[in-house]
Amino acid sequence: MTVRDRPSIGRDRVVGAWDRAGIWVAPVVLVAVVVLSFGIGKYPISLADFAAAIVGRMTGQPAAIDPTIDTVLWQVRLPRVLAGLAVGAALAAAGATYQGLFRNPLVSPDILGVSAGASLGAVLGIFLSLPVLLIQLLAFIGGLAAVALVYAVGAAIRTRDPILVLVLAGVAVGALLTACLSLVKVLADPYNQLPAITYWLLGSLAAVTRGDLASILPALAIGFVPIILLRWRMNLMTLGDEEARALGVDTSRLRALFIAGATLITAAAVSITGVIGWIGLLIPHIARMLVGPDFGRVLLASVMLGGGYLVGIDALARSIAAMETPLGILTAALGAPFFLYLLATTRKGWE
Amino acid sequence: MLAAVDVAFGYRGAPVGRGVTCAVAAGEVLCLLGPNGGGKTTLLKTLLGLIPAQGGAITIDGQALAGFSRPDLARRLGYVPQAHNAFFPFTVRDVVLMGRAARVGLFSAPSARDRDAAHAALHTLGIDHLADRTYTTISGGERQMALIARALAQEPAILVMDEPTANLDFGNQTRVLEQIGRLAAQGLGILLSTHDPDHAFACADRVALLQGGHLIALGLPRETLTADMLRRLYGVDVAVTYLTDVGRYVCTPSFNRSRGKTI
Repeated sequence: MTVRDRPSIGRDRVVGAWDRAGIWVAPVVLVAVVVLSFGIGKYPISLADFAAAIVGRMTGQPAAIDPTIDTVLWQVRLPRVLAGLAVGAALAAAGATYQGLFRNPLVSPDILGVSAGASLGAVLGIFLSLPVLLIQLLAFIGGLAAVALVYAVGAAIRTRDPILVLVLAGVAVGALLTACLSLVKVLADPYNQLPAITYWLLGSLAAVTRGDLASILPALAIGFVPIILLRWRMNLMTLGDEEARALGVDTSRLRALFIAGATLITAAAVSITGVIGWIGLLIPHIARMLVGPDFGRVLLASVMLGGGYLVGIDALARSIAAMETPLGILTAALGAPFFLYLLATTRKGWE
Repeated sequence: MLAAVDVAFGYRGAPVGRGVTCAVAAGEVLCLLGPNGGGKTTLLKTLLGLIPAQGGAITIDGQALAGFSRPDLARRLGYVPQAHNAFFPFTVRDVVLMGRAARVGLFSAPSARDRDAAHAALHTLGIDHLADRTYTTISGGERQMALIARALAQEPAILVMDEPTANLDFGNQTRVLEQIGRLAAQGLGILLSTHDPDHAFACADRVALLQGGHLIALGLPRETLTADMLRRLYGVDVAVTYLTDVGRYVCTPSFNRSRGKTI
């Protein structure tokens, strides 16, 4: 009997040159986009100035460069870039998790109502003219509460297909929350509140501060823990509930952990930026094309691509028009055609 | 030894069958036959602990099935579902490796030992060459073999197979049946369901006939699978004869000859 020892799952796939190169696409794109986005905006900064500023920081001699550049880079752009990275990574990771969990390529982090819940929370906060911090808190709680409700309903209805019940409960609860949301919009002051509501529902990094970012980091860290630790088990979850159980997986507990983790990071991300669609749907697809189906690798690639994509979109949002373009418009306007292109040209990643 | 005593099975509010008593010992092949809708799959899933039994007792080596944790159960019972399409294009190697789930730590990835076991399972079935192929692009017969390999990688004592020959061509059906015989010879207890009584003659030590949720017969194939019994089970006329060329009984529908002539 010949048993060859192989280094790791996934790596020993028969891969072409493109597949091998695919592993490097995500990190390269990520670094390039981040570097570029520091220079793009109302106040363009050249690569040389950027490099000088970094050297200045490293050596502790910031006097060498224009203080305006210093301020723009470290006080304005850096928080935005970091927030973009964190939020993009969170949305893409949550999308990858939900797509595997529900074995459906059309699933996005919104499937269980987290966005609808967060939206209702935030919009209520705006409607009641609460301070920004409370609006964010309401969004966070709203997102978690919506998913908790969906999960409770799903658990209460015992059928042979727990996954389908969850999805349908998510659709129903989402519709209810959207109805409430519409009601609040109708009641809102059309001159002050409605524009703020609309803006929040389309997402933006413009108002994100270092404090906002710091406030969601614990939630992001906690949410990522089960997703990262259980990454190999996620491959088994994609087999479906019954088969995974027959292989010795405690699916209901794992599903709960994955949903809790993915919901936590989505709610945290959305609470400071507003709803940004399409990242959680699109990025995991691209990641899967680049690195294959193994969830550990898809997760890593999704985090890098998601972060890079949102930072890039944000750079575009602050440079293509006089006013900041809401991110949700750009992610959909760019994401949807690209998604269609993927559908038409490839079936790799999903069969 | 997987044993069921007076088991009632089905779903809450929708019972499928009851009074099922049967057992599979090490090295034994028990073949479950029955018409569509007779409850074969539901019974198999109940015996696997995937659906809670509605009554009676299911035990593994004398211990109640309900007392086992999921991983404990998966180390004793291997499940081979019908060959299906997967959602992600994993390689056959990765699919087989998933059979190690019950032996891999909750937060860990498979170790070198697990990969060895996966390779050994592929080797046992003679499908080493499929290891690097993508599960979603291989044929139905190859997928069935890959799923059997996955169940072997679990290193179970009992293998439960749900219609392992369904949707396979003639050659692949024969290969799977041969494999079942070989695995039983190595000491595995095997419980399988099939639509073809001939398969029971070919590989089973004992055969159980399930109709309307009840076991109507259980015994040696040549004693149990009589023409009368098969007519009762499937509602069609069947001829059962001994073929000296192959040295075993075979059965085939007799296609009601008198009517056949008039058509």
